[in-house]
Amino acid sequence: MAEAYFPVGPGLGPEENFLSLDDILMSQEKLPGRAESNLPRLAFALGQGSGAGSGDSIPEVTVGGNYNSRQAPRGAVQGGQRRSGAGHAGSARRGRGLRGAERPCFHRRYCEGLRGSKLEIPMWLAKGLHDSKRRLISVELPKIYKEAWRTVFSADANVVDLHKMGPYYYGFGSQLLNFDNPENPEIAQCILQTFINRFRRIMDSSQNAYNEDTSSLVARLDELERALFQAGQKGLNDFQCWEKGQASQITVSSLVQNYGKRKFTEMDG
Amino acid sequence: MVGERAVGLVRELQSAAGGRLPPFRAEELGQTLEEMRTLYERNQADVSEAKSGRTDLIFLIRFRHCCLLRNQRCIVAYLYDRLLRIRALRWEYGSILPNTIQFHMAAEEVEWFNRYKKSLATYMRSVGGEEGLDLTQDIKPPKSLYIEVRCLRDYGEFEIDDGTTVLLKKNSQHFLPRWKCEQLIRQGVLEHILS
Repeated sequence: MAEAYFPVGPGLGPEENFLSLDDILMSQEKLPGRAESNLPRLAFALGQGSGAGSGDSIPEVTVGGNYNSRQAPRGAVQGGQRRSGAGHAGSARRGRGLRGAERPCFHRRYCEGLRGSKLEIPMWLAKGLHDSKRRLISVELPKIYKEAWRTVFSADANVVDLHKMGPYYYGFGSQLLNFDNPENPEIAQCILQTFINRFRRIMDSSQNAYNEDTSSLVARLDELERALFQAGQKGLNDFQCWEKGQASQITVSSLVQNYGKRKFTEMDG
Repeated sequence: MVGERAVGLVRELQSAAGGRLPPFRAEELGQTLEEMRTLYERNQADVSEAKSGRTDLIFLIRFRHCCLLRNQRCIVAYLYDRLLRIRALRWEYGSILPNTIQFHMAAEEVEWFNRYKKSLATYMRSVGGEEGLDLTQDIKPPKSLYIEVRCLRDYGEFEIDDGTTVLLKKNSQHFLPRWKCEQLIRQGVLEHILS
């Protein structure tokens, strides 16, 4: 199964592959950002702030008349964590001209996202909201792409645990280049240099670890590097198989092995 | 969080290693589509409002639009990747899928599989002269016409080209033509023994 299955791989550089599962998961990672204008209900919509989390959190502005919210507001407004500045939000909203005829969902937690407040947004949302004159949100660099960490990488890239630093260091970093940031050339250079420095070790370890437990070798690698490591392992295994004279042996398809203990009942053909 | 369900589908697929096909999540798919419908309807309502001057809605409209696109991308990638796995099944496993795998497929996927089988068969017939060429055979270059096999589990009677039948019982060894056994070996019924 593994041999005949060719998934869509991640994109190269600043372009993502639409159908790639890897790219979808990579663009789910969050970045820090800042609201540039008043963005009502954004934090709630993102599942942050009080009372957020499960269920539908689609923000709605009710327009004219008796709009019944499809999802009944969940319980009472929870006190406790409220963003600063939201205290007067109720009056601010009324001030912005929602008339009495409309029946908005009066939940204070909706009124978060005033100008300048910090947010964590997933990459896909950042890319979507970013184009046009940048009046909606501005994105900042996550810390591992900043100056401090860049010097760490240039000192010795091999010791860094890239899996912990966001498992998609290279992919995410390449996507960051889409936002016009004055540091882009340095970021790009840093990502490239890190890869070059780490590559040798990955190649060596993948080509020499035959039939052993490789979990300690891959633990600190990010996803791109893990894919490289697996490619190396596959090459090694195929070569060893050939050396042992087993290259012509027809083998069980790995799908069958994966389904393992379950009993197969075949349909009559 | 909007879009979580769709990404959950993708995550599950990604974690199914070795190209395995996990069960078809019709319910989550339905919920995601429902979420998309809601987003779309609300945007429809808000766009006409925004056109008549309420510019503070523009952000909300864009946000919902981003969510719609995201959900669409996740669903399309999910369905496409499943089809890639099902296609691999035809090549690795053969043209008849066991029930356990079929249970994991949606009705449309089974339909797609049948049509793919047919296309492949038509193509294979058109290649290689009169009888056609079975491309799913001889994945590894053959060394001999007949091979030694051992049976890994009870399979029953098996008929070879010259009419003789062989009883495949567990642990029995046979010397059989390669082209007949290849598929059974890939399915795990027989085991190829090298001398």
